[in-house]
Amino acid sequence: MSLAELICPAGTPAALRTAVDAGADAVYCGFQDATNARNFPGLNFTPDELQDAVVYAHMRGAKVLLALNTYPPAGRVDLWREAADAGARIGVDAFIVADMGVADYIARTHPQVRLHLSVQAAASSPEAIRYYCDNFGVKRVVLPRILTIAEIRELRKEIPCEIETFIFGNHGLMVEGRCSLTNYLTGQSTNMDGVCSPASDVEYVRGADGSLSSQLAGFTIDRFGADEKAGYPTICKGRYAAPHRPEGYYAFEEPVSLNLSRLLPELIEAGVHAFKIEGRQRSKSYVRNVVAAFRAAVDDIRAGREANIADLVALTEGQKQTQGAFETKKWR
Amino acid sequence: MQVTHDRAPARRRPGEPLVARLACLAVQPVLARVVRRIAARHPSLFARLGPHQATDFLIDPVELPFALHLRPDPEALVFRAVPRDAAPQAGATIRGKFMLLLELVDAEEDGDAAFFSRDLEVTGDTEAVVRLRNALDDMDGSLAEETAAMFGPPGRAILAQLRRGYLTETERQEAP
Repeated sequence: MSLAELICPAGTPAALRTAVDAGADAVYCGFQDATNARNFPGLNFTPDELQDAVVYAHMRGAKVLLALNTYPPAGRVDLWREAADAGARIGVDAFIVADMGVADYIARTHPQVRLHLSVQAAASSPEAIRYYCDNFGVKRVVLPRILTIAEIRELRKEIPCEIETFIFGNHGLMVEGRCSLTNYLTGQSTNMDGVCSPASDVEYVRGADGSLSSQLAGFTIDRFGADEKAGYPTICKGRYAAPHRPEGYYAFEEPVSLNLSRLLPELIEAGVHAFKIEGRQRSKSYVRNVVAAFRAAVDDIRAGREANIADLVALTEGQKQTQGAFETKKWR
Repeated sequence: MQVTHDRAPARRRPGEPLVARLACLAVQPVLARVVRRIAARHPSLFARLGPHQATDFLIDPVELPFALHLRPDPEALVFRAVPRDAAPQAGATIRGKFMLLLELVDAEEDGDAAFFSRDLEVTGDTEAVVRLRNALDDMDGSLAEETAAMFGPPGRAILAQLRRGYLTETERQEAP
């Protein structure tokens, strides 16, 4: 049986302490800049805050993983190098990277720190994953959410590193690290600026009929009826009218969250080493409830008991959940 | 745990403007004391607000007779009750049931989930709201309990009663 480490999100120092106290084996977080893919206003850590957070986590047996999982534009790579230097100095347990240049810098400059390959690298084939392992010493790959459990089981046999999969939260299926939809409307890049649908470009408009319109950079990307559940204001989960669907439909994805609580035993049996909970942008309440629920479930499975996981649907996007491609490629 | 709440009332009851003004006068000393204490005990809160320390937030507890005007400027803090018909032009408005708003501040409820369920409504400058949410979420401890403790046993008793009422309503809404 794999270790089934629980990898939990933290957007603030208080959220990190909450995650550790709720049973996280490791917590991932980022600095307050473009070096990570949750570069949201008011979120993330200063170097001093991260230092304190690492001390707090290590004293309780938890690890801290630093996300440096965006792509430096030409001429700006120093920001990523300085972030890596700061993380190594602080004593983080691993870096989560996507860019080969960043991976190469860390492998050469801080070889004592583990490298994990971010989902932002979108590496899903044995060949691609082996390339990162062979050239940069990557110890773990975070898999894109597009593989079935059967495919993960086969992949495990062909790669020399650990596997981490998402088990709860955002169900982002665009080819990660390559999505330019936000850039198209706002001029800011998810992959280089670290922000999908920047809050400064988002506006919610309340209709007289109780409806709610989500707008990004002045474009309406969805309109929810008075009694309809809402989702995030991202283009990939927008609802659009087209000649063949004039009533409007979800052209790319739907507002729905991933929840693999029922598949945990199969994932462990397939050789998954670590389970990742998405949501650094979410509150302490989310962190506390989701981490505690999965902590209990993983402990039950390890002890040979049937996991009876709490109902988390109230915390899901659009208050809908799916097992996505992990169950079947035909989930839609 | 999720509650579906009624939308904000569209019509005002007779005499409501007078009630609102009297209620504002009654709660203002409490609000001033609360905000001064929070600012003193949680100074790191302001750094996460960044440029939005100067933003005017209107916090609208839909079932109360007044709204709350917040300008989280550490040099000139504003936190006051205002009748809705006299509310200032706000950079951002946050609307929901009073106890939901309180539970969000205390991280007992999740803001995104409350938004998904439509129990929480946000209009105006979304970045300002996101910064305020993240700043409040990084506070340790319970703002509600700190506030209640300022007023001794009566304060704690009132908070406990409010929470019991919220829990009862939640359970009623979740019942099949």
